[in-house]
Amino acid sequence: MKTKSNIERILESGGFVVTSECGPPRGADPEVIRKKGNLLKGVVDAVNVTDNQTSVVRMSSFSSCIILKEMGFDPILQMVCRDRNRIAIQSDILGAGALGINNILCLSGDHQKFGDHPKAKNVFDIDSIQLINTVKILRDDGKFLGGEEVKGKPVLFIGAAENPFADPFEIRAARLGKKVKAGCEFIQTQCIYNMEKFTKWMEMVRDRGLHERCAILAGVTPFKSVGMAKYMKNSVPGMDVPDGMIERMKGVAKEKQSEEGIKICVETIQKLREIPGVRGIHIMAIEWEEKVAEIAQSAGLLPRPQV
Amino acid sequence: MIVANRKSLEEILNMLKPYKKVLLLGCNECVTVCAAGGEREVGVLASELKLSRAKDGQEIEIKEQTLERQCDHEYIDQVRPFVGDYEVILSIACGAGIQYVGEKYRTKIVLPGVNTTFLGVTLEQGVWSERCQGCGECVLHMTGGVCPIARCAKSLLNGPCGGSSNGKCEVDKDLDCGWQLIIDRLKELNQLDRYEEIIPVKDWTTSRDGGPRKRLREDLRL
Ligand code: SF4
Ligand code: SF4
Repeated sequence: MKTKSNIERILESGGFVVTSECGPPRGADPEVIRKKGNLLKGVVDAVNVTDNQTSVVRMSSFSSCIILKEMGFDPILQMVCRDRNRIAIQSDILGAGALGINNILCLSGDHQKFGDHPKAKNVFDIDSIQLINTVKILRDDGKFLGGEEVKGKPVLFIGAAENPFADPFEIRAARLGKKVKAGCEFIQTQCIYNMEKFTKWMEMVRDRGLHERCAILAGVTPFKSVGMAKYMKNSVPGMDVPDGMIERMKGVAKEKQSEEGIKICVETIQKLREIPGVRGIHIMAIEWEEKVAEIAQSAGLLPRPQV
Repeated sequence: MIVANRKSLEEILNMLKPYKKVLLLGCNECVTVCAAGGEREVGVLASELKLSRAKDGQEIEIKEQTLERQCDHEYIDQVRPFVGDYEVILSIACGAGIQYVGEKYRTKIVLPGVNTTFLGVTLEQGVWSERCQGCGECVLHMTGGVCPIARCAKSLLNGPCGGSSNGKCEVDKDLDCGWQLIIDRLKELNQLDRYEEIIPVKDWTTSRDGGPRKRLREDLRL
């Protein structure tokens, strides 16, 4: 084992990983994180903490990770390239290593246009693939990007996100290949609704043997309502929601829709588990953390292996 | 070319409020091509200004002049004989030209009449589009001749991000995804294998990050 990551430990023992995410609050109240954390206790192996997701200012991923760490979780520090240059990024990685954060998820980041500060200047000094490589160089070579030696290497398990549904589809597995080459050890995918397309993407991933070098954790998000399903389909960039899903949500009475959403999610997980190369599930219940336990339970993912 | 956009009449009128005698300077180069600051635009702007000011009972005298270039001193020198007759210069050349006029006539206030926006091309009559950000170390040979810095909203060197959809960028449904263009062109050139290579972190010292840039050609100096 390279790191103290719970994800890495479970993967090495041949286990199936379950992760979820926790969105920090738009304020300085640590109780919000603790409350969300409590809902995930014993349900997941590691928790992602988003980094100013959709470019809306929130409590930093770093500090929220520390709060979760104090609660006994193995947090996954999400880091985007939108707001930091290579100096700030490397500095934060050293800090993460020092404070016992074991996992990092390397992302480009949503454009600030979508957030609450669209007039901000963005950074994008490096991109997500270069960020993956930066963490690897710091950890494995003990070198900064500038070439100097690191005294006390940060030991993080390196992850990234991938969207199998973005275009151009034909290079999506090749792009994952670049991430793996850069040093990526686990991938969490965009929410999967289009099973056919995901299956095809996984075939491309297996053809390249990438599933053996990098653990694929398949992403799922339950619909709360048909409204949310439509919103995801029409307004979230890179999201692929087939019409059949919308129809199925429409087909049940309003008060039964959230139940149906959970049902779809559980069925999706069951199908995903059958796909060769899928090593875990990443449950993103957006502002609906209280449902993660129920989903994991119904999908037969509990109990989680002991830390 | 350098593409610029005329400022609104209102903004220009506001800047000109304290003045009665204005030297309006256009430029015959890029801003003429992109119809922001050439001879025609000088004429149009001068009439608009005079009309508005006359309506408010605030007559204004405007000398209209379009220089061959505002980024070379020999042309800027052409207004030296009469520049002193005017209180202020309103330049509708690009930002470089506007500044250079000010550098030559140090006691004159030079006001910007355009917003200089990008280095680009004419797509069709009346439509211009950005192509280059002058990063100082061109990578076009690696990216199918399409610039990832200027044409990807996140300047990703190893794109596309997860927001690329149907050829469009996540930032705007009307904006082409630069990385879709790169992939398409690499395919056309039979170079898709290039996509497998990771482009390493960029050295931004040659871009604006290295501080204001200067280029020197010893062989050309007098
Ligand atoms: S790589 Fe740099 S120099 Fe080349 S087109 Fe892009 S911004 Fe311009
Ligand atoms: S959608 Fe394409 S152009 Fe837009 S940020 Fe992503 S890769 Fe860049």
